[in-house]
Amino acid sequence: MLARGLLASARENFNALPRMSRLLSTVKLPDLPYDYGALEPYISGQIMELHHSKHHAAYVANLNKALEQQAEAEAKGDVSKIITLQGAIKFNGGGHINHDIFWTNLVPPKDFEPPTGELEALIKAQWKSLDNFISTFNAQTAAVQGSGWGWLGYNKGTGRLEIIAMPNQDPLSITGLVPLLGVDVWEHAYYLQYKNVRPDYLKAIWNVVNWKNVADRLAAAKK
Amino acid sequence: MALSMKIQASSLIAGQRRVRPMTGRRAVVIKAALELKAPPYALDALEPHMSKQTLEFHWGKHHRAYVDNMNKQIAGTPLDGKSLEEVVLASWNGGSPTPVFNNAAQVWNHTFFWESMKPNGGGAPTGKLAEAIARDFGSFDKFKEEFKAAGLTQFGSGWAWLNADNSGKLSLSKTPNAVTPVVEGKTPILTVDVWEHAYYIDVQNRRPDYLTTFIEKLINWDVVAERYAAAQK
Repeated sequence: MLARGLLASARENFNALPRMSRLLSTVKLPDLPYDYGALEPYISGQIMELHHSKHHAAYVANLNKALEQQAEAEAKGDVSKIITLQGAIKFNGGGHINHDIFWTNLVPPKDFEPPTGELEALIKAQWKSLDNFISTFNAQTAAVQGSGWGWLGYNKGTGRLEIIAMPNQDPLSITGLVPLLGVDVWEHAYYLQYKNVRPDYLKAIWNVVNWKNVADRLAAAKK
Repeated sequence: MALSMKIQASSLIAGQRRVRPMTGRRAVVIKAALELKAPPYALDALEPHMSKQTLEFHWGKHHRAYVDNMNKQIAGTPLDGKSLEEVVLASWNGGSPTPVFNNAAQVWNHTFFWESMKPNGGGAPTGKLAEAIARDFGSFDKFKEEFKAAGLTQFGSGWAWLNADNSGKLSLSKTPNAVTPVVEGKTPILTVDVWEHAYYIDVQNRRPDYLTTFIEKLINWDVVAERYAAAQK
């Protein structure tokens, strides 16, 4: 009886310790490095505003909500609940990651510069020319079924660039590749301007690709 | 242009055939291409709940492209000349769908979708279907809530469905991209398209508003009831 009492009291004391609560960092919607209308005429201001202030903002809000619910479930030891939240975390977390990269991958047309240096050399070595790289990229990306992204990624293992499409909001990082350049082909990325003609959007977007940013990401990946 | 078309009660929708004329002196094997079926109402008839512009693109471009691309894919193959249902099931290929499936299933899904709506739709079901909804969901309001939730939680492109089994039991499901419950052995009786192209012109990112409008103003409960009855035959 004495042992039981000691055990109960020990348990009480343990439960009274401050929980090692997860450090909940709130994800924030990043600002765009340019005005909504800055990518015209290739991507309309209306699309950019909806895309950033509604779609990306929703991924951020819903990710934060899911992370908060996960923290609560963890505190309660509710593993079942944690598991049911993973879909929302993957979808909204991936949506946030992807768009966070995407905004930096774009640049106003007046500031556009083609790729140079090592990035240009790698592209030419693997695809013979920038044009050929673009048509290969566009063919694969146009063929995405439903919603998804086309990516240029860097394979740290082989030191090569790869073109790869990802479904829905699955981030490229889950493949092990380092994301360098993403092109969003969810319909919300182009519908108001290009309607069903995804290939026209894919032709246009290369006028606003920020190759300097792509090169910076490649350099960082190689460190 | 208002078309009076017999609403198909069965969940099987037959594609209509257009026979190409024989040319030349040699006997030509005639294969018929599957056709784009028009909605059973004018393209502006669902206004203000679903705009004419949406129908012009959604039916006139997207649905039409699925039909054209499917026909190109199956021309000269063993699927050429088969019914739409046969093409859908064959291209599903037991869960490893071929590229034909992406088009064929979307042809089927969209026809089923147009026929699930009508001008001045919405309201509530009656009779046996209403009883089944109350029994299987608790109430019509709960059904509406859950149907909307299914549409909202289909992350990415896809569809939300109300299905019936042959005993009259109802269930909800959601599918990604082109997948349809027909290939899962289910009998759908109602669907809503949640690909962004279905609502982006009208409400942009506001999928919840689109789903509410669909439920309250567009559902053709008569057709759903006919399909429900047919599911139990």
